[in-house]
Amino acid sequence: KFTSYVISKGSNFSSSVSKQEVELTPEMISKGTWKEKSFKEYNFNSLGVMPPCGHLHPLLKVRAEYRQIFLEMGFTEMPTNNFIESSFWNFDSLFQPQQHPARDAHDTFFISDPANAHEFPMEYLEKVRQVHSKGGYGSQGYGYDWSLDEAKKNLLRTHTTAVTARMLYKAAQQKPFKPVKYFSIDRVFRNENLDDTHLAEFHQIEGVVADYGLTLGDLIGTINAFFMKLGIKNIKFKPAYNPYTEPSMEVFSYHEGLKKLVEIGNSGIFRPEMLLPMGLPEGVTAIAWGLSLERPTMIKYKVSNIRDLIGPKVDLQMVYDNPVCRLDK
Amino acid sequence: MPTVAVNTSELFHILGKKYTFEEFDNLCFDFGLEAEVAEEEDGQGEPGQEQFKIEVPANRYDLLCIEGIGRALLVFLEKLKAPRYKSVPPASGKRQQLKILPATAQVRPFAVAAVLRNIKFTEESYKSFIDLQDKLHQNICRRRTLVAIGTHDLDTVQGPFVYDAKPPADIKFKALNQTREYTASELMELYSVDSHLKPYLPIIQDKPVYPVIYDANGVVLSMPPIINGEHSKITLNTRNVFIECTATDLTKARIVLDTVVTMFGQYCEQPFVIEQAEVIQPDGTTLVYPELPYRFETIDVSDVNKRIGINITGEAMAKLLSRMGMESEAINGGQNVKVEVPPTRADVLHFCDIWEDVAIAYGFNNLDWTIPNTNTIANQFPLNKLTDLMRAEICAAGFTEVLTFALCSRDDIADRLRKDISTTNAVHIANPKTLSFQVARTTLLPGILKTLYHNKNMPLPLKLFEISDVVFKDDKKDVGARNERHLVAVNYNKSSGFEVIHGLLDRIMQLLLVPPAQDGTGYCIQATDDSTYFPGRCADILVRGESVGKLGVLHPDVITGFDLNLPCAALEINLEALQ
Repeated sequence: KFTSYVISKGSNFSSSVSKQEVELTPEMISKGTWKEKSFKEYNFNSLGVMPPCGHLHPLLKVRAEYRQIFLEMGFTEMPTNNFIESSFWNFDSLFQPQQHPARDAHDTFFISDPANAHEFPMEYLEKVRQVHSKGGYGSQGYGYDWSLDEAKKNLLRTHTTAVTARMLYKAAQQKPFKPVKYFSIDRVFRNENLDDTHLAEFHQIEGVVADYGLTLGDLIGTINAFFMKLGIKNIKFKPAYNPYTEPSMEVFSYHEGLKKLVEIGNSGIFRPEMLLPMGLPEGVTAIAWGLSLERPTMIKYKVSNIRDLIGPKVDLQMVYDNPVCRLDK
Repeated sequence: MPTVAVNTSELFHILGKKYTFEEFDNLCFDFGLEAEVAEEEDGQGEPGQEQFKIEVPANRYDLLCIEGIGRALLVFLEKLKAPRYKSVPPASGKRQQLKILPATAQVRPFAVAAVLRNIKFTEESYKSFIDLQDKLHQNICRRRTLVAIGTHDLDTVQGPFVYDAKPPADIKFKALNQTREYTASELMELYSVDSHLKPYLPIIQDKPVYPVIYDANGVVLSMPPIINGEHSKITLNTRNVFIECTATDLTKARIVLDTVVTMFGQYCEQPFVIEQAEVIQPDGTTLVYPELPYRFETIDVSDVNKRIGINITGEAMAKLLSRMGMESEAINGGQNVKVEVPPTRADVLHFCDIWEDVAIAYGFNNLDWTIPNTNTIANQFPLNKLTDLMRAEICAAGFTEVLTFALCSRDDIADRLRKDISTTNAVHIANPKTLSFQVARTTLLPGILKTLYHNKNMPLPLKLFEISDVVFKDDKKDVGARNERHLVAVNYNKSSGFEVIHGLLDRIMQLLLVPPAQDGTGYCIQATDDSTYFPGRCADILVRGESVGKLGVLHPDVITGFDLNLPCAALEINLEALQ
């Protein structure tokens, strides 16, 4: 049996062997020889070559976003570059009593060297002593013996509200009082038990408004505007307790993935026992709210162990691959 | 935040309604509590008995038991009117007496007392009674250091009672759950291995005298704050309870006593009628307890309305406050509300505590959201602005940012960097739980080297940087310490890359408009010795004659000390000196 084929010349038939070019070269361009060459097909399905670049840390990209949001809302940044604080500013000036559990050595890092702060605005300090031990400014007070030795003890600040206290005191010394809007995003320290979501140090975000006649509705409205910029709508408020704010409200939002309300922040109106001894005028109210930087970041980037985000155990590949930070997306 | 475990069956019985978890959760949300279903392993109730764990605000001592929670919620739901708590002298006319002797001043000066007359316990209420004392001990009593509660079967002992303080060898009694008598010294020994009682021993251990309460026949009721006596212990059959609270803080002792009696007064034959007791002070004066103080506060309706951002009538406001447990009525034609603050609300210190309750009862989520008219021009903190600008530029130069811990071990900033701790001027932490929190860092190097260690498998070169605060002791600051903003960068590769780090330094200076100059008008680098760096490969960075930092190749011992194995060039400068 025989099989026969009929062959004819196709359009690409050539009697010389030619190789397909891979790339256009400078010579081809200047000599015009590209016109006679055929070029190999590109594989558009492969990836390109990543440019060599540096990378910013994911958490600090989020910090920059929050900074931006506060600035857009007209909030001035507080100077928070002081990790070491006295118990006076961290607790006493905030009307947090000296026998409060949070002042325990197992919640707070105390300093052995330098153990004590040595300078305070003494006139103000006496007013703080008074309001704690005997009351005044319309308050019953706590009815205990306030100790200067206790107030002098240095610690690693447990919240940036210590700086807020310093700033409000400073604002109160300016006569006449001018309304202020402050914010800060900086490190705080807690001597608690550590686990997957808790470290000894983390970043606190805090916003404060002090003005005449602010209402609870204003606090809620401000917090709402802030969270709207983060793309979080439909927030709810729950009664809570802080030693230095009354009313106090925890802020919740509905988490689609977990299908429940999750806490996204804390807020309140500073107590008169804190503001009046500072010398702030009677009609002035100070509203404040705060949240941690790490928690929303972990939720956004789906990080389950906080040590993957902050500290030396961070996976640099995660840092290299991390996208631009758009909190409202 | 304190939590109270409650049996759901008992809770729903008190509330008069069987709630789904969601319904109860919503109720808690509105009131200011947080509930979750208790896992079986929490081991509080009997197996098969469903429980809720309810988290209550730390300043609400009246919510630390199911009785208090149930009562407050019923009042909130308007299903119950807040009870009136009364303290009355006994039917016989003669109050129980507790005499405080002067020796107690050395160790635990204050005491208060009261009687729960004709009380009837059930298994649940008995357990709740013990639990409440425990919660109060942990919470307001600051683990018994401030106040200790002792409850006794009054029918097993004979007044008048004496509160004294005696040398430990002179105190001998049969303590709770013991089978024989021990002296106080022996009890201290015995309890030194008891995990439950051990934490309280140091409160009195080293004192010359220990507190002790005994009755007219010398029977010991308790040795506060450690343990009660077996003789007077409360059982399910106890009908009359003598309560004593000894303390170092009298204000808290009074609150604690009022809390215990108001909560459990509901089980007395005459509910909420508490029998008075007399406490005779060392100076002879007599004080009668419990005080159960009610006080009136008058609030201005339009003031409260303005502060919250609502507009309700005085009558409506009075109703809201009554729902929160403070009986109130509108007066002066509705312009004011007269509020009665009951003994169960020791948390109400100021007018703000009252108007907060108006807002809670109104519902935070029912308020109108407004934006304040506060007009301000925002300013950035200059150091932070500079930091963010530099971060972006160093990143553009090809370095990757790290974020490391501010606290570390002493070794990290000293031995591992071939320096002596005494030269570091570091701030030391008094109570570190582990080595990782011994000091606040004085240099950013250890953190970045540790990050290299954890990323050894990443492609080379590893070029990392960080701009963050270190801490130094500083007498010129009111607290004695200051932060300093540092910038650190490393090049970790098969070859050290000193020129890479030097190049980065040149770029930084260019960005900050500091020209290279040898004559003190700009910056230059000058060879120097530094034990952290390889000899001959380290330089001081001088800006206008002042040193702002160093750069160089790290010493091999530093490299191996951080469990690394490739050459590394590093740069660390004080950014504040370049502002």
